[in-house]
Amino acid sequence: MTTAAAAPTPRRPLRDRLSALIYVVPGVGWLALFFAVPLVIVLIVSFGTKDATGHVSLAHPGLQNYLRAGRPEYVPAFLNSLRYAGITTILSILIGYPIAYWISRYGGRRKILLLILVMLPFWTSYLIRTYAWMIILRDNGVLNGILQSVGLISDPIPFLNTDFSVILGMTYGFLPFAILPLYVSIDRMDDNLVQAARDLYASGRQAFLHVTLPITMPGIVAAALLTFIPAIGDYVTPDLLGGAQTTTIAKVVQVVFQSGRDWPYGSALGFLLMVLTLVGTFAALRTLRRETLGGG
Amino acid sequence: MTRERNPWLTALAALTFVFLFAPIVVLIIFSFNVSRRNFVWLGFTLDWYPKLFANVQLLDALSVTLRVAVIAIIGATILGSLLGLGLARLRFRGSGAAETLILLPMITPEIIIGISLLIFFGQLFRQNGSIGQIGIAHITFCISYVAIIVRARALSLDPRLEEAARDLGASALGSFRHVTLPLIAPAIGAGAMLTFALSFDDLIITSFNAGPGSSTLPIYIYSSIKFGVTPQINAISTIIVAVVALALFVAWRLGAFRPDERRVVADDAT
Repeated sequence: MTTAAAAPTPRRPLRDRLSALIYVVPGVGWLALFFAVPLVIVLIVSFGTKDATGHVSLAHPGLQNYLRAGRPEYVPAFLNSLRYAGITTILSILIGYPIAYWISRYGGRRKILLLILVMLPFWTSYLIRTYAWMIILRDNGVLNGILQSVGLISDPIPFLNTDFSVILGMTYGFLPFAILPLYVSIDRMDDNLVQAARDLYASGRQAFLHVTLPITMPGIVAAALLTFIPAIGDYVTPDLLGGAQTTTIAKVVQVVFQSGRDWPYGSALGFLLMVLTLVGTFAALRTLRRETLGGG
Repeated sequence: MTRERNPWLTALAALTFVFLFAPIVVLIIFSFNVSRRNFVWLGFTLDWYPKLFANVQLLDALSVTLRVAVIAIIGATILGSLLGLGLARLRFRGSGAAETLILLPMITPEIIIGISLLIFFGQLFRQNGSIGQIGIAHITFCISYVAIIVRARALSLDPRLEEAARDLGASALGSFRHVTLPLIAPAIGAGAMLTFALSFDDLIITSFNAGPGSSTLPIYIYSSIKFGVTPQINAISTIIVAVVALALFVAWRLGAFRPDERRVVADDAT
């Protein structure tokens, strides 16, 4: 970045600035029109009401939709979203870190192939992978079938439509997102640092906790963000693996929009979800800054 | 440097691979299952595959998906590549804001992008559900990915290469066409590939912007699963997995994932 910025181009500064516009304006304009403007409209609509014909009315703007979203019956949906996304994030890092470390350190010449294998599920459809878990976890599914045929259980265990199945499905779905940034940060780390710590009589555990972990913290934070953000906005897994009784805020938004057609209320819920995501994101980035300053 | 291998770590990694692949293997096995209900193994059959090609709804959904993907690839690759290139090479007032604008779609949950475009088109055009609208939505969430990939590649290029071409009399367009473009082409290709994967797989954003005539494959699969009509879903899933695996294998053989040995940085001149 510095080379590009510092490279002197004194001859054609105006021309370069003009060509910057040509490069950047179409994309920025597109995102402004189809990303930023719609978000502002969502915010405006969230203060409106639904009129008799079902259309959005801004005649009596107010906070009614937000007050409605804060009612006690919606609290579980918000808490579920945070809980599912939070646990999924933690599990993805706990499962993703060892395998990323293993590929980086033991992968040898097969590193790239192993990475491709890890990413293969990511390139196949998320929906299809979630569906695969339905086949496995159903009462008469693969897992219960195996457990019954070896005689461990006599009646099927209801795996599906539980917190367990939702968190399992989400962790499975977003694990590849966690592994990639973890791998990059572990692979980039200088092995000699760990060696130096060991030479100074640090145990393997101490070397990991005081050297490897702080150095790879940026990868951990990136993995957390890449898992948390899609997880908190996901309604597919809670719907397919959680069943009708599992509510998350994204599921409520989806139902409000696709059956209720109450756009102002749905917008308020969506906006709250967005705020929740941004708070999570900034909390993660703050952790990163503290860890890198304090740990280094 | 030699290091002692931790057998526990290797065992853990093996387990993780089993975890990652077990569902996909189950899916493939069950695509050859006689049972309509899909949960009990009743015997081997190949029947579901030919039936896919007689399923008009499914073929329609596939055609919509592919048309949307083409729109998304063209739009996101052009806009994203220019954006990435501009941000990498030119500092201008407001470039910080532009970089933030690129990151925002990536940290916004898909469902928010979905509902905001639904309301945008509904309120402004009183119309919803066209293939064009889905295409616009896909371009919007794919631009950032292309821009970031191309920007990373462009940052590794030496700006003096293009200057040298210009000093040798190439026009701005000529030096772009013959110097810069070939150098960033792999990144543009990677961006286009990622756009295809994201567009082909997207359910959440699409479901808010699709209408009666514009159901994509993921929407079709989702409603099939929800309403329990699933005998062919395993077969189509198996085909998708096979195509993806094949594409990745070919890309790997062609060296697409090899770390940049052809990286062009004129370090020698420094």
